[in-house]
Amino acid sequence: MARMKFLCDAERCIECNGCVTACKNENEVPWGVNRRRVVTLDDGIPGEKSISVACMHCTDAPCAAVCPVDCFYTTDDGVVLHDKDLCIGCGYCFYACPFGAPQYPQKEAFGVRGKMDKCTFCAGGPEEDNSAAEFEKYGSNRLAQGKLPMCAEMCATKALLGGDGDVVSDIYRERITKRGGRPDTWGWDTAYKKA
Amino acid sequence: MTERRENSKATRATGRRRMYIWSLVLMIAGSMALPLTGYVAVGVLQAQEAASDDSNPRADYWREVRGGVAGYSAVTGQETGVLIQNGGQNWRQVRNGPVATYGAWVILAIIAALAVYHLLTGGYKMGERTGRKILRWPSIDRALHWYTAILFIILAITGLSLLWGRAVLIPVLGKEGFAAWAGLAKPLHDYLALFFTAGFVVALLKWMHHNWFKSYDMEWLLKGGGYLGGGHPPAGFANAGHKLLYWTLVFAGGAMVVSGLFLLFPNWGTERAGMQLANSIHGITSLICVGFICLHIYLATIGSEGSLEGMLHGYVDEQYAKNHHPLWYEEVMAGEGQAESVGGAPSPAPAAPEK
Repeated sequence: MARMKFLCDAERCIECNGCVTACKNENEVPWGVNRRRVVTLDDGIPGEKSISVACMHCTDAPCAAVCPVDCFYTTDDGVVLHDKDLCIGCGYCFYACPFGAPQYPQKEAFGVRGKMDKCTFCAGGPEEDNSAAEFEKYGSNRLAQGKLPMCAEMCATKALLGGDGDVVSDIYRERITKRGGRPDTWGWDTAYKKA
Repeated sequence: MTERRENSKATRATGRRRMYIWSLVLMIAGSMALPLTGYVAVGVLQAQEAASDDSNPRADYWREVRGGVAGYSAVTGQETGVLIQNGGQNWRQVRNGPVATYGAWVILAIIAALAVYHLLTGGYKMGERTGRKILRWPSIDRALHWYTAILFIILAITGLSLLWGRAVLIPVLGKEGFAAWAGLAKPLHDYLALFFTAGFVVALLKWMHHNWFKSYDMEWLLKGGGYLGGGHPPAGFANAGHKLLYWTLVFAGGAMVVSGLFLLFPNWGTERAGMQLANSIHGITSLICVGFICLHIYLATIGSEGSLEGMLHGYVDEQYAKNHHPLWYEEVMAGEGQAESVGGAPSPAPAAPEK
């Protein structure tokens, strides 16, 4: 069985936030919730790089390990999903997750959390595939339609790859073998020459 | 002619011998020196590395990502600029490991030890009642005690459900059943925590004057409170055990309340590292308090006859006071403190002569 993976090529990401927008539009996520975000390190200085990050669908998922109600499960495709009917909004998965993937729509006063929302790899939830109930709670189930996640499909520079881990790693391996060890952009050395 | 030929023959022979020797020397020297060229190569590389101070920018970038360095993100919110936060994994190990596992063993061990003690000794018996009652807890104290105690028990049950429910209750109730209970337990724990905190703080402040350690408390502790045999050690209004419980509740309970408030109000802006710390502290200190309270509940009910009625009705029997709180009894008898209430209230039997 394929094991689904996201990979963001930091040499290609141009921080256009297209993946964030694609995700929000495809899954109609609540206001204030972003399942995906683009982070830029060393912004504005040589070596600046951006990465798009969402749930990484870990094999040994920390969120699933600490969940008091055990609402997480891993699909046959290796996608980590959760059951919003069980979630109690305690926030533990957010404390445990290295990537800051779990999101909470604030439902009440004093920062009381609603039910957790996160990237589903466009694979919906435990409800019937592509049902109205599934769409309302978890968003689109593109995997059940034979399609890949919207964010990766929409990526203009093909920086964000999503799909079968073997295929993704083959594509990336081919890329890096054809790529130099250092930035080889034309004029790079002139532009960033040490004074 | 022949002479010359012989001469040239001789020189040719010596020349060949010289060549043999030199080539041998060269071979030995070469076989000794060649393996050492590795060091030269490494030395040259190291020198080059030292000369250029910029390391691989890509490697540095991923080092920053792994180290949790914050960058910029167009998505606004708490810590959105951090790609990887490492604390979560440590918190997971602490919570799922020692806190959940050893915590369970410690609480079970305390309950088992109390059960064994009770089965062996049958608890502490008061001896013959004198029938005279002494006011120990005025109604305001009793109200404060039961208000805080009932809330503590509800908070302990709901809180421990979140810690151990997955291991203990899900196999019994099923995921849906437990989620329904947890969905109720979590808000109950959250809202009642505020009411508990109010009662807890007032109780601690109101009873502080009973709980300063005195020199005779050491004797009480060394004798194990008299529960392990060997007569009644000295104790005032509160014995050394009460005082230990009190100060445990002040420090562990205080940390429990403060960390709980941070967990309760994410809108204060506590970041993940703070929440992980708060949750670990909350778990550990809560378990300490629960353990001590188990001990307290036993010793104040079936573990020590005559104790519970003081907290239910306010009055304890004279015999109980004399046995367990001899210094307080003397104080009362000497007319210090609450002397007027001696023999005050419902006294079922006429005052028996003192033994």
